[in-house]
Amino acid sequence: MKLTVNGETRTVDAEPDTPLLWALRDDLDLTGTKYGCGIAQCGACTVHLDGQAVRSCQATVALAEGREITTIEGLGGADAPHPVQAAWIEKQVAQCGYCQSGQMMQAAWLLEINPDPSDADIDRAMAGNLCRCGTYPLIREAVKLAAAKMRGA
Amino acid sequence: MSLAGTIARRTFLIASTAIAGGVAFGVYAVKKPHPNPLLNDLAEGEAAFNPWVKITSHAIILVTPHTDLGQGARSVQAALIAEELDLEWGQFEVSAGEPAAAYYNSALGEENAPYLSTDDSFAASATRTAMAAVFKLLAPQVTGGSSTVPDSFLRLREAGATARETLKKAASRKTGVPAAELSTAAGNVVLPDGSRIPYTELAAEAAKLAPVQGAKLREPNEWRLIGKPMQRLDIVAKSTGALKYGIDLRFDGMVYAAVRTNPRQGGELLSYDAAAAEAMPGVRKVVAVKNGVAVIATSTWRAFKAVDAIECEWGPAPYPAEMRAHWDAVSNSFTEEFLDKVWRDEGDVEAALAGEILEAEYRAPYLAHQPLEPLSAIVKVSDDGVDIWVGHQVPGYAEQRVAAIAGVDVENVHLHNQYVGGSFGHRLEFENVDRAAEIAVQMKGVPVKLTYTREEDFLHDFPRQIAMSRGRGAVKDGRIEALDLSIASVSSSDSQSSRLGQTVPGPDNQIPAGAWTAPYAIPNFRVSAYKTPPLAPTSSWRSVGASTGGFFADCFLDELIHAAGADALEARIAMCKFDVPRKVLEAVGEMSNWGADLGPGRGRGVAYVESFGVPVAEVVDVSVIDDRIRVDRVFVAADVGRIVDPINFDNHVKGAVVWGLGHAINCEITYSDGMAQQTNYHAFEGMRIYNCPEIIVRGLETAEKIRGIGEPPVPPAAPALANAIFAATGKRLREMPFNKFVKFI
Repeated sequence: MKLTVNGETRTVDAEPDTPLLWALRDDLDLTGTKYGCGIAQCGACTVHLDGQAVRSCQATVALAEGREITTIEGLGGADAPHPVQAAWIEKQVAQCGYCQSGQMMQAAWLLEINPDPSDADIDRAMAGNLCRCGTYPLIREAVKLAAAKMRGA
Repeated sequence: MSLAGTIARRTFLIASTAIAGGVAFGVYAVKKPHPNPLLNDLAEGEAAFNPWVKITSHAIILVTPHTDLGQGARSVQAALIAEELDLEWGQFEVSAGEPAAAYYNSALGEENAPYLSTDDSFAASATRTAMAAVFKLLAPQVTGGSSTVPDSFLRLREAGATARETLKKAASRKTGVPAAELSTAAGNVVLPDGSRIPYTELAAEAAKLAPVQGAKLREPNEWRLIGKPMQRLDIVAKSTGALKYGIDLRFDGMVYAAVRTNPRQGGELLSYDAAAAEAMPGVRKVVAVKNGVAVIATSTWRAFKAVDAIECEWGPAPYPAEMRAHWDAVSNSFTEEFLDKVWRDEGDVEAALAGEILEAEYRAPYLAHQPLEPLSAIVKVSDDGVDIWVGHQVPGYAEQRVAAIAGVDVENVHLHNQYVGGSFGHRLEFENVDRAAEIAVQMKGVPVKLTYTREEDFLHDFPRQIAMSRGRGAVKDGRIEALDLSIASVSSSDSQSSRLGQTVPGPDNQIPAGAWTAPYAIPNFRVSAYKTPPLAPTSSWRSVGASTGGFFADCFLDELIHAAGADALEARIAMCKFDVPRKVLEAVGEMSNWGADLGPGRGRGVAYVESFGVPVAEVVDVSVIDDRIRVDRVFVAADVGRIVDPINFDNHVKGAVVWGLGHAINCEITYSDGMAQQTNYHAFEGMRIYNCPEIIVRGLETAEKIRGIGEPPVPPAAPALANAIFAATGKRLREMPFNKFVKFI
């Protein structure tokens, strides 16, 4: 099957009902997208599908075929970080860091649809992203910093 | 966290005999350094000054043997070396190194001597010294027990200073300028005329020299890095999805495995039928492992699907099948027969409790670790040995186990320690490493990546100890007259050591942890520990015994203070016998503006617990909104003696508070039909962002010894919350999780 990931067309050897998560990780070596729970309870596998944040453990490759898939690697990198990533770096949000790809993908989507989120907006949008290390206070700060960066403040 | 404790108890027995004169180690054996593992594969022209610093013609490599579990261990270890070696951030590479005796944990021995941290008597000091010596001889390389900074603070700075002085000597030989006239800066030796020689250009010359010993360490006012905000070495990679955790690695020809073992921990596999699984796409092989089966396939997902399709018949659990029986066993162990030790006995408790008394019983459930990176391991068995890629807290032990499974000498087993997506004590255990090795010996020559499903991980987690306490107390004239606290618990240390094939006689200091260390002068004060016979297998869970003992002791103390009609914080301060804990309590009072009127529908509680030698006080504010509790704010004061990285310190305290509160609010592991009933995060949620309070942290630096912060803020969180809910609602919560009794927002 062919997938469009981070602007490139890639071929994956996977049955149509394979979760997108595993095609990204095992076939394409895009390991920034993490396996945490497999049942949409943790958000570590969050990617963008046609600009919408989705749990890649629930989206099959059949569903993803023909759509634009963006992973954390496509959001930005060390040389040109997305404002959300830049805010995560500046605030030093990560402890173990395992959930943070998903947190950042969720936050980037939030800021696309709501450039100036309130605390309640952030809590609502980020509710499905679990962090076992408890970095939530810094996630809130980083989302606000990213929002300010994106608004050019 | 304590496999640490297990090793320490064994150490204590040998150390006690040593003090009594029964065992002579010989000063030579204790003083003699362990061999430097960096010398094993040193090339011509490369210098390894000690086990932590290696310099080649093109690279400066700092070895950071404490496993990075997400606590920033690699950064903090590197900073300590770089401070003395005059390196700038980005000038060096960091390596986890090979497991080796040289990296034995020098802090855990002392820390686990069964004396109060405030006790500086001869017996306490002598035992600490002897334990440190035995620890060195046993040489366990352990990350745990909040000991990374205490273990590293002196010796990694010494390692940096040794390398610095040796490089200066090399530069002196090369230039003829006396070493005393040379200085160092940013990875260079600086000559009197200001010209610079990079360390890398001095490696070959330095390699010919014996390392200069006894180098003088910098004074605190000269520090460039310690105590200053620094950017963690992993922060950019972790913020861009680029960091490779153990679960992310891939090798040429690698196959993917999944495992299913008896969901009744330790129970046997009676029979299985893998016909359907073997016919599924991508399945290469189905193999037996201990108490279960594994599928080897061409992708993780195919392995997951196939292993799930195997029909298995499981044997019974080697512990009571139903939860009720677990609680009954704990409840029935408050008897002379199970008394492990009376840890504290001041005054005459029985006499003081002859009149009117207050009694209360508390409970704390089993709790899973469940870091977000599931268990995984990559193992390759080849003709000349075995390679393991995994993040592990006791890497040397993991090598020994794999050597036994593969039937090879441990010298030929190499564990490559990886960055880890959280642990909280989970990676002190060996399930993933053992199973991956069992599979890999059946796939010789091929790297095998085993990934646990979240469900398999939950079912084979070794939870925190289940525990209960019974308190009796008396108050008189506005003060606590007597406090008699009995704690009964299974021994997580014993359970851990049994899986290592060892028994540890003697009392378990984790059962009364967080309770017997209370810094209070109470005229009649007793803390007794009862050891419940083994039930479900348990392990060290972030802060270990103090997570249950601290809850029991501080909440019951709060009940007595209330009964005495005293103020919760002022009474604690008034009873406090020692300066450092008192300062911590006073600090949290000042931060929270204790005593201020909070307004209607709100409540505030305080708790103080010492664990791993660190005094921590927390104040929790709650609101009651439509019969539901909202946790508004938490104030935390802690004293670790010296804060190495203030940013990381702040993050860790906040994370530990979230850990303590989240699990106290809504988590427990219960057993039915011998199986854990919670198998994913929907049933074991912990804290989410919308119930995370604002957390305000103050780190004090008045304590004499430097200590770690990874665990100590956990234990006070639950009792402070329970005490706050009492203040707001009048309802005492004596059992975790609290959501069984009150609703939360």
